[in-house]
Amino acid sequence: MAQSKPRIKLQKTASKGEIVTIKTLINHKMESGSRKDKDGKLIPRMVIHTFSCHFNDNPIFECDIGPGISANPYLEFNVKVEESGTFRFVWEDDEGSVYTAERKIEVA
Amino acid sequence: MTELTRRSVLGLGAGMVVCAGIGLPLRAALATPEKLQAAIMEYTGGVAPANGGMTLSMPEIAENGGVVPMEVSVDSAMADGDYVESVLVAAEGNPVPVVGTFNFSRMSGDPSFSTRIRLAQSQKIVAVAKMSDGSFRMAETVTKVTIGGCGG
Repeated sequence: MAQSKPRIKLQKTASKGEIVTIKTLINHKMESGSRKDKDGKLIPRMVIHTFSCHFNDNPIFECDIGPGISANPYLEFNVKVEESGTFRFVWEDDEGSVYTAERKIEVA
Repeated sequence: MTELTRRSVLGLGAGMVVCAGIGLPLRAALATPEKLQAAIMEYTGGVAPANGGMTLSMPEIAENGGVVPMEVSVDSAMADGDYVESVLVAAEGNPVPVVGTFNFSRMSGDPSFSTRIRLAQSQKIVAVAKMSDGSFRMAETVTKVTIGGCGG
């Protein structure tokens, strides 16, 4: 089974009101459901269907995705930070697996 | 360079026995312009999106349809009364036309995002933005795919 450890690129400090870019990457096959195995049977779909990013429990960016997103989903977005706090990232897939990551940022 | 027609790309897809990516079923139910329109109308509740006010950036030619970079950006101040709620991305020629829905918030700095998508074949891709005033905008682009949806 692929290990789905997420990777996050985010600066550790920022100025108040700065727009900060967040780059996220997670290992996941994103099995589309259109492929066939060697016996000609369809391999069932198994993809990450939801990604969300919260900052101090406020939603920042949320995505409903599916088989049209490439394997090892890469999502880059940005946020305007006004205070220090914690980002929480959550990925959920069709099997009900939930992957999470947290990052803190200091805002002066 | 041989001109790539939809037929020849499908033929290439048929010839590929092992596909690490989408693994396109031969001549099976691909998305169609009608399905794409239906997906857009469902998102907008029947409102026709206006062209412009946003950009959808993708390469003109993708060597590998399994991993095609995409960037969407909407012209909006993200201030009270004028902000982007969400963006729909859909691909006309994929088995499932809707690629994803991307929802912003009042804390989004800049209404833009990047990701990587799968393209089963050369096709048109559209991005539709839902604005806070209930209006919709749209941008579209066409990407030629050399090897459809199938990775190495």
